[in-house]
Amino acid sequence: MTEQTIGQSVLRKEDMRFITGKGQYTDDINIRGQAYGYFVRSTVARAGIVNVDVSEAENAPGVIAVLTGRQLADDGLGTLPCGWLVLSKDGSGMKQPPHPVMAADAVNYAGEPVAIVVGESFQAAKDAAELVVVDYDEKSAVVDLATVQDADQLYDEVPGNISYDWELGDKDATFTAIDNAHHVTRLTLHNNRLIPNAVEPRAAVADFNPATEELTLYTTSQNPHVVRLIFTAFVGLAPEHKLRVVAPDVGGGFGSKIFVYSEETAVSWASRRLGIPIKWTAERSESFLADAHGRDHLTEAALAMDEEGNFLGLYVKTRANMGAYLSTFASSVPTYLYGTLLAGQYKTPSIYVEVEAAFTNTAPVDAYRGAGRPEASYLLERLVEIAAGEMNLSPAEIRRRNFITEFPYQTPVALEYDTGDYNASLTRALEMADWDGFANRKAEAELRGKKRGIGISCYIEACGIAPSQVAGALGAGVGLWESGEIRVNPTGSVTVLTGSHSHGQGHETTFAQLVSSRLGIPVEDVEVVHGDTGKLDFGMGTYGSRSLAVGGSALSRAADKIVTKGRKIAAHLMESTEDDIDFDDGEFRVRDSNLSKTFQEIAFAAYVPHNYPLDELEPGLAEKAFYDPGNFTFPSGAYVCEVEIDPDTGETEIVKFTAVDDFGNVINPMIVAGQVHGGLAQGIGQALLENCVYDDTGQLLTGSYMDYCMPRADDLPDFDVDTTVTPCTHNPIGAKGCGEAGAIGSPPAVINAITNAIGVRELDMPATPERVWRAIQEGGRS
Amino acid sequence: MYQFNYHQPQTIEEARSLYNKSEDGLYLAGGHTLIPSLRQRLSSPSDVIDLSSIAALTGIERQGGVLRIGALTTHDSVATSEAVLGHCSALATLASGIGDAQVRNRGTIGGSIANNDPAADYPAAILGLNATVHTDQRDIQGDNFFSGMFETSLWAGEMVVGISFPSVTAASYVKFPNPASRYATVGVMVARIDDGVRVAITGAASCVFRASAMEDALSSKLSENSLDNVAIDPDTLMSDIHASAEYRAHLCGVMARKAVAGL
Repeated sequence: MTEQTIGQSVLRKEDMRFITGKGQYTDDINIRGQAYGYFVRSTVARAGIVNVDVSEAENAPGVIAVLTGRQLADDGLGTLPCGWLVLSKDGSGMKQPPHPVMAADAVNYAGEPVAIVVGESFQAAKDAAELVVVDYDEKSAVVDLATVQDADQLYDEVPGNISYDWELGDKDATFTAIDNAHHVTRLTLHNNRLIPNAVEPRAAVADFNPATEELTLYTTSQNPHVVRLIFTAFVGLAPEHKLRVVAPDVGGGFGSKIFVYSEETAVSWASRRLGIPIKWTAERSESFLADAHGRDHLTEAALAMDEEGNFLGLYVKTRANMGAYLSTFASSVPTYLYGTLLAGQYKTPSIYVEVEAAFTNTAPVDAYRGAGRPEASYLLERLVEIAAGEMNLSPAEIRRRNFITEFPYQTPVALEYDTGDYNASLTRALEMADWDGFANRKAEAELRGKKRGIGISCYIEACGIAPSQVAGALGAGVGLWESGEIRVNPTGSVTVLTGSHSHGQGHETTFAQLVSSRLGIPVEDVEVVHGDTGKLDFGMGTYGSRSLAVGGSALSRAADKIVTKGRKIAAHLMESTEDDIDFDDGEFRVRDSNLSKTFQEIAFAAYVPHNYPLDELEPGLAEKAFYDPGNFTFPSGAYVCEVEIDPDTGETEIVKFTAVDDFGNVINPMIVAGQVHGGLAQGIGQALLENCVYDDTGQLLTGSYMDYCMPRADDLPDFDVDTTVTPCTHNPIGAKGCGEAGAIGSPPAVINAITNAIGVRELDMPATPERVWRAIQEGGRS
Repeated sequence: MYQFNYHQPQTIEEARSLYNKSEDGLYLAGGHTLIPSLRQRLSSPSDVIDLSSIAALTGIERQGGVLRIGALTTHDSVATSEAVLGHCSALATLASGIGDAQVRNRGTIGGSIANNDPAADYPAAILGLNATVHTDQRDIQGDNFFSGMFETSLWAGEMVVGISFPSVTAASYVKFPNPASRYATVGVMVARIDDGVRVAITGAASCVFRASAMEDALSSKLSENSLDNVAIDPDTLMSDIHASAEYRAHLCGVMARKAVAGL
């Protein structure tokens, strides 16, 4: 009898190697004869490149070569593509200025790579990089998002610096609803710009073998197959069958390692051109400058209501900062991952959203934990909270009045929610947070001179972007399925290969639990392999909280195929028929008999087919599946944040945080709680601490941890987390996805709590002590 | 970092000799400013003279009402020293609030004051507690030690060897940390020494300073309310992405009141 582990907090199989320093990260990989790359980066935010003089650097000690963006272009390499085509209102495609691998003619953000120095040591390369003289024709930088349309035009093909002007929803119906409403709540806000900051910086080891013409790239990627595809189809580095991309242990991604970046591409090209292996590992300063940033929206919105506080219409107008170029999936973030989520948990009958995507002389902006959904959730939950106050309804009551309660539910912004129970999550969260006891706690805090506030957020998100046909029709340049393979070894242990990628999520454990339960074998007998295009079929990688819902479903299908074949083998061995074989708990049994064979016996028979139906069945036991989901999944939840504010300093302390999520069926509650904790830390970081700031000339002011404030343990409370369950209706696991929820739901809960505490209507993130103090001075309750 | 010659002298004399022989040498104490500067290539000394092996620079002793702390004594040693706690617990409190545990186990009092970062904590102690800085060549009154942003009255090659703190009747240090760096956005040391009151403020301006208006107000009556009508002029303070001068000025008052309350 094998222990059933689904729903159990099995300890993470991968942790022993991580906590004992035995992980194998990209920077741990060294290839004989490897050289080191160091990038010369633009020191200015916007300039023409007049000349790049590499003569002194080339002759510096230990330097193998200095290669420029001009040489790269002359070698015929392509530019870096954006993989999602968004159309403007008038039907024209988004304007996409070429995103060079390294700048040849002009630079458009401070930190943009201009040349790579390849040296015998990191030190030699870095020393020589200082000797490269770039002659810039500097121009004034466009930094302010609000005024891009009136600023210098950055690219000839992009008038007004707007890449696209996109819309979704019914404009007329929405404006009619607003015109006829009993009350309209309006809000203007800025969703602050963030820098991802994975613990492991980006890195690459590129190894071109001139004899075989094979290029192997070890790199910090969330989706190595997509890197391979883009390298072949767009950049032209090598044909797919001669290109292997390996993403070994990866220390955090949060979206920032989805993208195909300049540095990894340039290092691969340099290795091909020079015929030697080259390593590059980003220094933290480079990560700040050149990792894709997140969020940065300016938004105004209006929510129309009737006398009872029922929502009638929602209008949203957003300008999203794309930075200097469209990064790999940048265009999808403020559109299909944002506008489509604006219904939230509410049955608002008409919604209209318009989004302008703007270019500025800043680092490219792309998906960051949540990607569009935090922006939607923050806007909507701030708006609803303010509306509650203006309608004299409690924050819980206005939400309950508008909750969607019947499923499936077609929103006015394209999505169809399959299932959910929003009242259940909210009820549980309010109970855990002791909502009813808040008044007493507030009174007690007042005696200590503190302002106490409480705030709710009811978020929804959409995970496992799908189905491919729908995503393709909306502009996606890739398929959105996932592959999974189960190879049963002759002794009955299994190797599981997945196209998903784990960079901290614990897939090696969760997927092992899933497969062990499906096959009735011990968790220890399952090994999960991922992150190597040389080992597994094509895979789409990990982003958008898709791994279990999509990648896990593929594995579930593969397990079904294993069982199907196993039943045929068992029928032969036990002289029965396939239809009479039941499979349960690792045993194939002949129904209504005491005959049975274990999973291991069947596996052995498949590989040692002495007694085997060879005329009907191939030997061996390995199956794969490609799973394309029927719909998105829709995790949702209710968060309650309680804060205390020191009115003298404006400091906010989160004294209690409750998170109740509906992730559908949960395989490993401990791992899910860990994902929620991490997401909450990042969401609270955005709400209180993190802020990416450029000065007027496009220089990054928050380029180190001295100025960019990451959340620390002592900034965070103990989290009270729980889950409610409505299983996803359309995948075989019933799971929805949990990786981003915390970062999506928490920012509005925090800001709602602070505005509640100090009695102000609006407050931008991050709610720094000075901002809160000023808000109190300028009109908060004294 | 760039190449440099590294030395680890065993005595103060040997260190001085190495310094004098070097083209462009620098002393290394705890390294919490110098090492990051080297790594970021903002500093390129010909020689780095590591003082950590000089036993005479480390240690804490209390004699005749004076507390003497060796320049190379770590923040953690100060924070946990019985002698310091017995002499002036505010000094231990200040040391315990610098950086994190890793920083406190490497960073030193002498390195901190010789560097004179405008947001460092220790300068507030030197000024507020009326300390005397001992160098290998002379004694410098605390009031005369700090001369500007990252500037002191130390001569080129002059080495801080220790700091003496006279006995204080009462002292209290409160800081409002920068959320990112945890340096002081504003840190205020208030001390009662004999019949006078000293108020030293770090973090707020380009250099630590004594707030004379606060000192006057508190000298007449040592209570929080005495500060009600005393304001620090924002025009004399720093403004950056973390805190405006106006907010810093406000925090000076808040932190000073908290410090007085903690006496």
